[in-house]
Amino acid sequence: MSELTLTVMRLGFLAVLWLFVIVAVQVIRSDLFGTRVTQRGSRREAGRQQAARQAPPQQRQQPSGGRRGRNTPTKLVVTEGTLTGTTVALQGQTITLGRAHDSTIVLDDDYASSRHARIYPDRDGQWIVEDLGSTNGTYLDRTRLTTPTPISPGAPIRIGKTVIELRK
Amino acid sequence: MSSTSNPSTQHTSTIGAIGAPSRRNTELALLVFAVVIPVFAYANVGLALDDQVPAGLLSYGLGLGLMAGLGHLAVRKFAPYADPLLLPLATLLNGLGLVAIWRLDQSEKLQASRTFVEAAPRQLMYSAIGVAFFVAVLFFLKDHRVLQRYTYISMAGALVLLLLPLVPGLGHNVFGAKIWIKIPGLGTLQPGEFAKIVLAVFFAGYLMVKRDALALASRRFMGLYLPRGRDLGPIIVVWIISILILVFETDLGTSLLFFGMFVIMLYVATERTSWIVFGLLMSAVGAVGVASFEPHIQTRVQAWLDPMREFELSRAGVQDGIVHSEQAMQALWAFGSGGTLGSGWGQGHSDLIGFAANSDFILATFGEELGLAGVMALLLLYALIVERGVRTALAARDPFGKLLAIGLSGAFALQVFVVAGGVMGLIPLTGMTMPFLAYGGSSVIANWALIGILLRISDTARRPAPAPVSNPDAEMTQVVRP
Repeated sequence: MSELTLTVMRLGFLAVLWLFVIVAVQVIRSDLFGTRVTQRGSRREAGRQQAARQAPPQQRQQPSGGRRGRNTPTKLVVTEGTLTGTTVALQGQTITLGRAHDSTIVLDDDYASSRHARIYPDRDGQWIVEDLGSTNGTYLDRTRLTTPTPISPGAPIRIGKTVIELRK
Repeated sequence: MSSTSNPSTQHTSTIGAIGAPSRRNTELALLVFAVVIPVFAYANVGLALDDQVPAGLLSYGLGLGLMAGLGHLAVRKFAPYADPLLLPLATLLNGLGLVAIWRLDQSEKLQASRTFVEAAPRQLMYSAIGVAFFVAVLFFLKDHRVLQRYTYISMAGALVLLLLPLVPGLGHNVFGAKIWIKIPGLGTLQPGEFAKIVLAVFFAGYLMVKRDALALASRRFMGLYLPRGRDLGPIIVVWIISILILVFETDLGTSLLFFGMFVIMLYVATERTSWIVFGLLMSAVGAVGVASFEPHIQTRVQAWLDPMREFELSRAGVQDGIVHSEQAMQALWAFGSGGTLGSGWGQGHSDLIGFAANSDFILATFGEELGLAGVMALLLLYALIVERGVRTALAARDPFGKLLAIGLSGAFALQVFVVAGGVMGLIPLTGMTMPFLAYGGSSVIANWALIGILLRISDTARRPAPAPVSNPDAEMTQVVRP
């Protein structure tokens, strides 16, 4: 085998190896920014709504939910507690909270019951929080919940040391 | 707009890759790539050594391809939303390791040694068993939270695995490090590799329950949270066990791995930097203390501080009761002669390292034949595996899964650091092996199982929320509404 062929193969192999690394990083990149479009949209939208209120409501509509109104939240964010920063996209599903392992959000909190509360949309797409007979209660702002209560975006829902809120 | 009133938490939402596509086709494309690269390397070795494409190319390529294909089908079937990168990365590393082992099999110097056996076919078999373990983990472990039930059984299991090499008649001393057991008729096994996984399960389950006590009850002193005396209990127990491993099994790597894994998980569970400070201090005290009286560790430290002297002593055949080794210096020479771009596959002389050239010192072969550029790419592949593990931990919605993923990827990272650092002369050499690359059944099988558990956690974390359940309350209002 000639020296030239071997040199070409040697450099070619290193190039292919690095190509794999670069492709892998590209996959990570697309994975990381998979939610970027919606985020950017909501941030721009928020700024626009503060500046001028005449933003067309069609722009808010998500592809997943056809008939969502202006005030429909799109995600649930944990703002305090051990799970701070966790988000769950709201796609019309019921979200259960509690210490049970099959909850959507598993709370690791001494003050939470195993099936503590659930959050679900009613027929109009209004999100409702309901306490499931927990020991220490679920609080919306400062008031303890006794009946299923509609949630407005940004209102803190407190369960033990965990605080969650709905965001647009 | 109350939702935008708190901009500091606005950036947190990138954590969950929720509603993401399954990415299985991406994984398949990457897998094809990950199989083609080792086949290329295999052909390259044959062309460089014998001027012809090696005869086993087709069977090797098919074998690797079959393993990758089976792994992929299992992921598609049992964990459809799992991370797309972990499987291709592991396949590529495993394939490259096979090529390097086969390349060292061709060395006439190694063939002349008494203990020579064809390592590549065995390694291919071990890899196949490893992939079978991987598939079995995905098949039997439908939900990683099941493991939480076995917290204390795992502790007992891990202790048994760690103690097995010390049992008389079962333990097997390989050049000073007693981390092997010998099963009659089956060969040798390194139980520490499996203990790594089992211990991660125990630490995750234990810390999940105890982390509030460990994090909250503390006093602040000089910017550090000082834990109460009694909360120091667990870390001291783990420290003592790791010191005992160091003393009785004389393996720095295993000891460092377990203690390091516990400190990483403790830090992640409690968010207290003070644990890292404590951990570093304790491991430094322990390592220095043990090294002051344990001769095997002293030899390793000597070889690390002055490899050239060890090399000359070994060449001169000095018999002073200590085993002098040429290998540390030879590994450094291998890296040096590789330079930036390496000598090319099959054209290096890393087989001169002799014993353990294809296991502990396999990175030196890569360093010589692929050069700095190749080793950097390899280390990046490892870094990517760890990154995917950490991201899995971030995306996981249950604390047990978070801690388990962090523990497994932390242990993986520590192992790569300990081995690569040892071979390159950054820290004293240990008896551990490079995950996936090095020759050794236990290591390959355990690491495939580890990747399987990480894929299971990431599948749970990345799975989109279940389809909307029809709501009984909404049904009732339907009747009332006009």
